[in-house]
Amino acid sequence: MLHIVNKSPQERSTLDSCLAAAQPGGAVLLIEDGVYAATRGNAAQAKLRAALAHLEIYVLAPDLEARGMAQALAEGIKPVDYAGFVDLVTQHKTCQSWL
Amino acid sequence: MSEGTVKKIMYVNRKAPYGTIYALESLEVVLIAAAFDQDVSLVFMDDGVYQLKKGHQTKGIEMKNFQPTYRALDDYDVNKLYVEKEALEARGLSAEDMCVPVEVLTAAEIGKLMEEQDVLLSF
Repeated sequence: MLHIVNKSPQERSTLDSCLAAAQPGGAVLLIEDGVYAATRGNAAQAKLRAALAHLEIYVLAPDLEARGMAQALAEGIKPVDYAGFVDLVTQHKTCQSWL
Repeated sequence: MSEGTVKKIMYVNRKAPYGTIYALESLEVVLIAAAFDQDVSLVFMDDGVYQLKKGHQTKGIEMKNFQPTYRALDDYDVNKLYVEKEALEARGLSAEDMCVPVEVLTAAEIGKLMEEQDVLLSF
């Protein structure tokens, strides 16, 4: 299934909740302020790197660009555009937004 | 506001831009209040430091890029901008990543400055 996180990892604990629940083989999409978790040097990097071992992690590129963080995208996390966002939703049977 | 009284007013910005309206609202209030010739300072703590991260490009999300407004603050004599050191470090950022000249202070140093204010406005 697809998990969507839209809050900054320093502001809210929704990324932690998501990663604690997400099952191997699932996908996580970071959008809005959630994209900060995908940037190099962010305190959330270690847990995201660990999650990459069993989850696909995507980030919405327009949200990264809006925040001036496109150059800081961490390795292993795949950027998608809005069409890619739709593809991810259609490819998975269910979707959970960790609001 | 009695004439001739200058108050120390600090705006405390702790939210990332675009995800919520706080950053833009703070900026609007700062610009309005700048007309009153007060002793104004802006503090950026926690995710608020992201407001000043260079290179916002908001075309893709179809929202107004308000980053250029921070560069205009100096024209309104708003030039005391403080950024929290710990917040930068936890986000892989440094003073060079900021879009305007800032003074980097520890949270404790910012706390001391807060004590000196007449008014604190939180965003």
